Amino acid sequence: MTGHLDGNALAGPLADFFSFDITTTTGRCNACGTVAEFARAMVYMSGAGTVVRCATCDHVLAVLVDTGERAWIDLAGVSAIEVRR
Amino acid sequence: MSADGIAAPPGASPLAAIRAVPRAGWHVATVAATHRETPNASRIELDVDGWPGNAAGQHLDVRLTAPDAYTATRSYSIASSGDSTRVVLAVDKLPDGEVSPFLVDDLRAGDQLEVHGPLGAFFVWRPAVESGDDRPVQLIAGGSGVVPLYAMAHAHADASDPTPFRLLYSVRTPRDVYFADEWRALAAASAPLQVDLVYTRQAPDDWPAPPGRITREALEAAVIPAAERPRVYVCGSTGFVERVADWLVGLGHAPGDIRTERYGGT
Repeated sequence: MTGHLDGNALAGPLADFFSFDITTTTGRCNACGTVAEFARAMVYMSGAGTVVRCATCDHVLAVLVDTGERAWIDLAGVSAIEVRR
Repeated sequence: MSADGIAAPPGASPLAAIRAVPRAGWHVATVAATHRETPNASRIELDVDGWPGNAAGQHLDVRLTAPDAYTATRSYSIASSGDSTRVVLAVDKLPDGEVSPFLVDDLRAGDQLEVHGPLGAFFVWRPAVESGDDRPVQLIAGGSGVVPLYAMAHAHADASDPTPFRLLYSVRTPRDVYFADEWRALAAASAPLQVDLVYTRQAPDDWPAPPGRITREALEAAVIPAAERPRVYVCGSTGFVERVADWLVGLGHAPGDIRTERYGGT
């Protein structure tokens, strides 16, 4: 995988964990305070896992590691989320 | 939304029934047909058991499993929309790809695939009667990034939606145009659509501009002006999307009016 993708690519990997669509969910970056849809974040995928970075300041918003048997999500870079129903 | 049998929660907005997208799930897809779309891409029609329908612009994930249980999952935009369980993809073959060469060259009618979807509610277009938004729509595609935009233009025509649509499509050569016949039909349909092409490697003989990468000036000339507040959808490689999005903001388009989807390497 070359370069980065964007948060649209999180829709599948996170569909099993949240009952809402993550791509239209807004998150607040706890480094710069930007509030944006996760679809607008920068996403770096590798064999080791997926890193989600703020499109404004590059701060790590979230890390996803999925082994198939277990999945682990770190959302330490997000201070709040808002779900649109 | 009750597409998968789950009732809307108490207190949900009445709009939820309109806005919500069907829940994603894993499905078995049977290949109904494949054919060459371009020298480097195939159109793949799938019959997906239990597919709840999808909105224009959504994608799905395809998971391939090798005999040794190694799996590879990749995302593909859906070229179709609506309630049908027939789902159409158009897949570009990436030279070092793990999944796309199999899908483009080896897949045959009757083969089965695991698919996960429909996915994503961000890069989606809905008819004005549903969204309540009748601002004009500018679509901008780089290469195979045209696939979800084709789904939007097709849904727009199917709905006879009066929203003005314009497509700017950057493509290597005339042979690389996806949905070439369909674009001609859509441009002649009652829903307003204007199609502008930019050829980056080789243009038709009578083409007024030499082939080359799209420029900021060419973009400005071929997109709906910022003063008209168009909603803009951009899909292509990461470099294409970021270059175009930066220019759009420079031309006065509000970042919030620009929706982007990048595709990656393998």
